[in-house]
Amino acid sequence: MRKVWETPGGIHPAENKHQSVGRPIGQLALPEQLVIALNQHAGPAAEPQVAVGQTVLKGERIARSGAAALHAPSSGTVVAIEQRPVAHPSGLPAECIVIACDGRDQWAERQPLADYRSVDRQRLLDTVAERGVAGMGGAGFPTAIKLATDRPITMLIVNATECEPYITADDALLRERADELLTGVDIASYLLGDPAERVVGIEDNKPEAIAALRAAIAARGADHAPVELAIFPTKYPSGGERQLIQIITGQELASGALPAELGIVCQNVGTLYALKRAIVDGEPLISRVTTVTGRACAVNGNYDTLIGTPISALLAHNRLAPERLARLIMGGPMMGIALPSSELPIIKTSNCLIAADDTEVAAEQPAQPCIRCGLCAEACPASLLPQQLFWHAQSQQHDKLEAHNLFDCIECGACSYVCPSNIPLVQYFRAGKGEIRQQRADKAKSDFARERFELRQQRLEQQERDKQAKREARKLAAEQAKAAQAASQASGDEAPANSAAAMIAAAQARAAARLASPEQQREKLERAIASSRARLERADANLAAASAEGADAEALKPLLAGQAAAAQKLAQAEQKLAALAEADSAASPATESTASADAELDAAGRAIAKARQAAAEREALSPAALLDRDIAALDKRLTKLRDKLVAADDDQRELLAASLAKLEAKQQALHSQREAVADGV
Amino acid sequence: MVFKPVSSPHRHAALSTARVMQWVIAALLPGIAVLTWQFGWGTLINCAIATATALLCEAAMVALRGRSIRFYLNDYSAAVTALLLAVALPPLAPWWLVVIATASAIVIAKQSYGGLGYNPFNPAMVGYVVVLISFPLEMSSWLSPQSLLAAGTSHASLGESLAVVAGASADGWTGATPLDLFKHGVNGQLVDTFYAEQPLFSGAALAGVGWEWVNLAFLAGGLVLLGRGIFTWHAPLAMLASLALMAALFWDGGSSTSGGSLPLHLFSGATMLGALFIITDPVSSAVSTRGRLVYGALIGVLIYLIRVWGNYPDGVAFAILLGNFAAPFIDNYTVPRSYGHQRARRATEHPQ
Repeated sequence: MRKVWETPGGIHPAENKHQSVGRPIGQLALPEQLVIALNQHAGPAAEPQVAVGQTVLKGERIARSGAAALHAPSSGTVVAIEQRPVAHPSGLPAECIVIACDGRDQWAERQPLADYRSVDRQRLLDTVAERGVAGMGGAGFPTAIKLATDRPITMLIVNATECEPYITADDALLRERADELLTGVDIASYLLGDPAERVVGIEDNKPEAIAALRAAIAARGADHAPVELAIFPTKYPSGGERQLIQIITGQELASGALPAELGIVCQNVGTLYALKRAIVDGEPLISRVTTVTGRACAVNGNYDTLIGTPISALLAHNRLAPERLARLIMGGPMMGIALPSSELPIIKTSNCLIAADDTEVAAEQPAQPCIRCGLCAEACPASLLPQQLFWHAQSQQHDKLEAHNLFDCIECGACSYVCPSNIPLVQYFRAGKGEIRQQRADKAKSDFARERFELRQQRLEQQERDKQAKREARKLAAEQAKAAQAASQASGDEAPANSAAAMIAAAQARAAARLASPEQQREKLERAIASSRARLERADANLAAASAEGADAEALKPLLAGQAAAAQKLAQAEQKLAALAEADSAASPATESTASADAELDAAGRAIAKARQAAAEREALSPAALLDRDIAALDKRLTKLRDKLVAADDDQRELLAASLAKLEAKQQALHSQREAVADGV
Repeated sequence: MVFKPVSSPHRHAALSTARVMQWVIAALLPGIAVLTWQFGWGTLINCAIATATALLCEAAMVALRGRSIRFYLNDYSAAVTALLLAVALPPLAPWWLVVIATASAIVIAKQSYGGLGYNPFNPAMVGYVVVLISFPLEMSSWLSPQSLLAAGTSHASLGESLAVVAGASADGWTGATPLDLFKHGVNGQLVDTFYAEQPLFSGAALAGVGWEWVNLAFLAGGLVLLGRGIFTWHAPLAMLASLALMAALFWDGGSSTSGGSLPLHLFSGATMLGALFIITDPVSSAVSTRGRLVYGALIGVLIYLIRVWGNYPDGVAFAILLGNFAAPFIDNYTVPRSYGHQRARRATEHPQ
């Protein structure tokens, strides 16, 4: 047996586990309705993929999520997709899919992957996500993400601690299905790149489970990777990930770090069992083992429970005496949440239901003053000083809270449990963390706003300066042109009728003025390069995304064209910059500047010609045609703006909406004008 | 069925603040019994007067602060303060002395700072020091222990005791404490010679007839609390160790200028009472285990300094109050290293 280490702190609350492990894991009658919450795992909620009225088969995917999909736990008809109350600490309702079971419990086609080692690792991970496997011990973290770590993993820890009182779901699972768990360990092992060690961490209060595990390990063939047992004394909260890592390896996980940084991944027993079912049997995660216990229920036990089963159905099956029920708890008595109703559905993380009577829950007593006895500090598994944290939390001294490492609190509740003054310490710490998080978010937001404001200010000033410079240059050019004209008139030459020469002279002067500062020019070019590079990158990304999604050649064309254009622009800008650099290093900057001034002159001439042509065209058009053109241009702008609005975030949206409104008003005006013109005609 | 939104944890350990205080009172009983055996009814009368005064003052102050009297009296903390004072004050002290000490403890040191949990100084020690400074004569008249009374006399009867407390003279029964005698009586003799001359020392195994028993009784009571997990060993052990170290360092074998032997310091005066019942008061002590080691050690050194080079024969009360002063400072530098951190932080450190 492995050497184990001791962790600081911890408590020994009454275990109350024997009530629910006496019988084998039971089966339940199919409920009439199943309610599947869409927010069952960490991260954004899943998106429903079924419509009301649609019939579904057992195991059919009903909601999609990148990390863990949801499936119909039984066959039947989708009768509603709506907000329903769910078991969540926030107490807020969540979007749920409601399925009326048809009683046939008919499976969709299953695709077992017994030879999972022949499947590519990435594809197998996708399958794990696809089949909805998520952490079943606590937070419901998607298993595919946890197993997809790109760090080298040297140890897979199986968390069979189940250190909270009352809960026996993992215990029961180990007693009856240890061999299936081991298969789950093998799959996880493969996905993690076959780490050197696989260790099951289990408390010594589960001798039957330990025996079953030993037997299952002994029965494995020699071709299987070895699995070790780490058995340690029962103490709450040994099952905390950080505590378990310290118990098994003697190492502490740095504050804020993930286990993968130590080359460790922890998985819960229930999760690995679900992994085995999902891969080897092709059954997505649609049921779990749930403990139903507490003195208000006449019968206590563990059950294979479909996700979405109403809690009231479980309680009725266990003959709940409603008059004895003092508190209904989902999870354990230390960290579980008190449910606001029994009409809530079972979710993937529902490991235990405690229908507690008066004798099983702490009487609600007013908190007495803290006498700083220090029992909480002795109980704290993270070696914090809860009495000091409490002091600072009360007075909202957030910097002191952080100096006392508030964020290393794992909210296990050991401090509240031992507090002789009945102070709800954990509640204070949760609130304190929430306040600090909120403050940080607010600060980040205001910092961002300030930065944006300052940049805008800078930009405006720069624009003003540029304008000023241009104005001066123009003035100078005008003066020069005037002088030239005066000179030519004075010399008796016939002045050309139009002022093209003057314009050209002005353009020349402008170009010269612009050239006066090559620094500015270079800056401008560099900006152009940066932006075209970004555009190119975006185009590349778009292209990659599109081809990943399997778009056809036709759809790819515009993207390719965009990419090519961006690349060309980049090349042009880079060329110009190179030319500029060459010019700088050239011995005679004067000639160079003349040359580029000539080029500038050409460009100015072209621009003038273009503007003339445009003016002529405009003249030639009828007012109606003119208006049509304006309307067409405006429509184009509007479409563009609407597209942008869809993609915009909240801050931008307001601005965009405002300008959209303005444009629409303008469009309205143009239309009425157009109508007026048409009537006139 | 009731569905209340209650925050976890849903279970609670059995120990309550009232139960902690009840255990402290129970652990004081051996000490009170030995004091009564050695010095007569005085201690019990002290206990009665102090407890009555403490409860009255506490109730009055809680009422003035607009809180529930019943809720606050039920925590037994006023009774603990009263009993600690009662065993520290001289038996047969005038009744008003006990009343002033107790009222100062409850009204000034405890309630005016915000009541239980908010007092920076140990209330009993504040009450004790108030009367020690204000009424030195009354505070220095202790009684002779049982076995040193003149032949044919015994302790004052209950009636006589009550008369003394009410204002009659206690002349037939008074006697110096070992620390007092040692401080003012050595007068250039070798310690051995002095001990042999003085029946208070010659009849004792450790540190003064009667007194050693009192200290052993407090030690025993304190060990019960330690066994129950009411307090941790850190502060008491650190205090006793540092006091013993000081006594050992400055014990020159018993010359006329000796500071007193190690047993004298450990088993006379208020050493054990202070180590196991006063500095273990969590409210006014340092909070972390490391902090409590420093806090205890500091008080041990201060006790020795005050006893040997100060003006008072015993220095426990002053040393503890000075320790209370230092506790927040000690806390600042003794935050424990939390899980996952390379080093301990300081309490005033600003987050990065």
